[in-house]
Amino acid sequence: MNSLSWVAFKTIFLKEISRIMRIWGQTLVPPAITMSLYFLIFGNLIGGRIGDMNGIRYIEFIVPGLVMMSVIQNAYGNVASSFFGSKFGRYVEELLVSPTPAWVMLAGYVSGGVARGLMVGAIVMLISMFFSDLSLAHPILTIFTVILTAIVFSLAGFVNAVYAKKFDDISIIPTFILTPLTYLGGVFYAVSLLPPFWQKVTYLNPILYMVEAFRYGILGQSDVSLSIALPVICVFTLGLTYFCLSLIERGVGLRS
Amino acid sequence: MSHAPALAIRGLKKTYGNGVSALKGVDLTVQAGDFFALLGPNGAGKSTLIGIVSSLVNFNEGDVDVFGLSLRNQRAQAKQQLGLVPQEFNFNQFEKPFDICVNSAGYYGVSRELAKARTEKYLTELQLWDKRDVASRTLSGGMKRRLMIARAMVHEPRLLILDEPTAGVDIEIRRSLWKFVQQINTQGTTVILTTHYLEEAESLCRNIAIIDKGQIVENTSMRALLDKLDKEAFILDLATPLTEAPIIHGFTVQLLDAQTLEVEIPKGSELNGLFGALSGAGIGVRSLRNKSNRLEELFVRLVDQGKLAKPTGAAA
Repeated sequence: MNSLSWVAFKTIFLKEISRIMRIWGQTLVPPAITMSLYFLIFGNLIGGRIGDMNGIRYIEFIVPGLVMMSVIQNAYGNVASSFFGSKFGRYVEELLVSPTPAWVMLAGYVSGGVARGLMVGAIVMLISMFFSDLSLAHPILTIFTVILTAIVFSLAGFVNAVYAKKFDDISIIPTFILTPLTYLGGVFYAVSLLPPFWQKVTYLNPILYMVEAFRYGILGQSDVSLSIALPVICVFTLGLTYFCLSLIERGVGLRS
Repeated sequence: MSHAPALAIRGLKKTYGNGVSALKGVDLTVQAGDFFALLGPNGAGKSTLIGIVSSLVNFNEGDVDVFGLSLRNQRAQAKQQLGLVPQEFNFNQFEKPFDICVNSAGYYGVSRELAKARTEKYLTELQLWDKRDVASRTLSGGMKRRLMIARAMVHEPRLLILDEPTAGVDIEIRRSLWKFVQQINTQGTTVILTTHYLEEAESLCRNIAIIDKGQIVENTSMRALLDKLDKEAFILDLATPLTEAPIIHGFTVQLLDAQTLEVEIPKGSELNGLFGALSGAGIGVRSLRNKSNRLEELFVRLVDQGKLAKPTGAAA
């Protein structure tokens, strides 16, 4: 990375961090409250009656899924809203007229999304400690999975922002696609509980692989083999990176 | 590269997705160090041209070089030379002026320490230093325009493009702004200006291009263009009222009201002859002014007549 790219990357990243901290009441607090309620209601109150899931206490089974859900939603939401805001307010032009390379621009926004995803993930993880008794079975795998997942959904949020023409457009995908895929991606139940047909359908859901890899990292067991889960996550990361770069280079949604 | 023009555009064409042909083969050269006016009526293609040069608009055909650096294959280096002050506010209204300038410099690879020093320099020169920490949405329209100029200057571009920078700015601020731009031009920055205040263009710019319907219809020095004016109209405020316009040989005289005359003077005629005749008729003149700006008259004539097919040569 040459000097220009490094300075430009730092500038975008610090700007994103400053935005996250400036509006912390919108970026960091809501997921903490929502997830505390999940832990309380699904984990403690209902979870006690559900019993074990794959031989694990229910509250401990859902913690990895809920942490991952927070990471996914916040990484996605951060890039989608921040980048669309810069398009809407036209200050994305500051970057477009500058010599900042497309990949640096993408890396800057994605690192902002990853940072928020990880901040929220860490907060949710801390809260989970009040409700469960977890330890990390495979710390490096856990960190690797959560970072790659945050990158994938930051990239997806970027794609959403590029195509969005109004603020409604950046809430449609999270509401109608992201949330259902997350809820049906093994956050609250083991895939093995499903009938064979629905198990096969669930394996088409990319979020399942991220949740299961993360669950393996924390609990040391999951429904999906790591030899499948990790390549799936890597393919999505590379594919979306290539797609985002081509969008910027072609100026889709950015240049007329 | 040192002797390359600040901007060289050849055969530039742009057709938008809706079929509108905004530029139909534009050729334009702006020499390094120039103070250049790019004028044209609304919808003529000015903003498209500026958008292409500043990489906000894609082009279909042609070439654009900034100080000899091609936008096609040396885009990053070409962008480094360029500063843009757009027509509409395009900064984050929730950020502070100081941060907006420092961040903008960062996009050009300027280190944070240097960016802060330059931000102080330009915000001070543009009388915005005491506003550096307020939310920029609270600034007045004139302050926002000056902020965009400071932002465009923090990476110290060699070519500054000002797209109607004085729209909605009061006269005092406008004058201080022009003083600043003249100063940076004197220091070597090439300036391209679009404006609807033609008296500004006339008094500031050395060379001029007029664009209409996506084509350059005039591209010459300001002096050469003004020399094309074959007549000039003046308004005379009279000392005593008249009931009818006097007949003066060689001049077209019209009585606008009892104490105001409009006189058309052909190019080459001397005002002495007019005043001699008025004096001889016992008519006193209290004051004299141009009916309209000379450049404005030419501009309107060029655009109205649709004279427009061929460019008249390159800028000096």
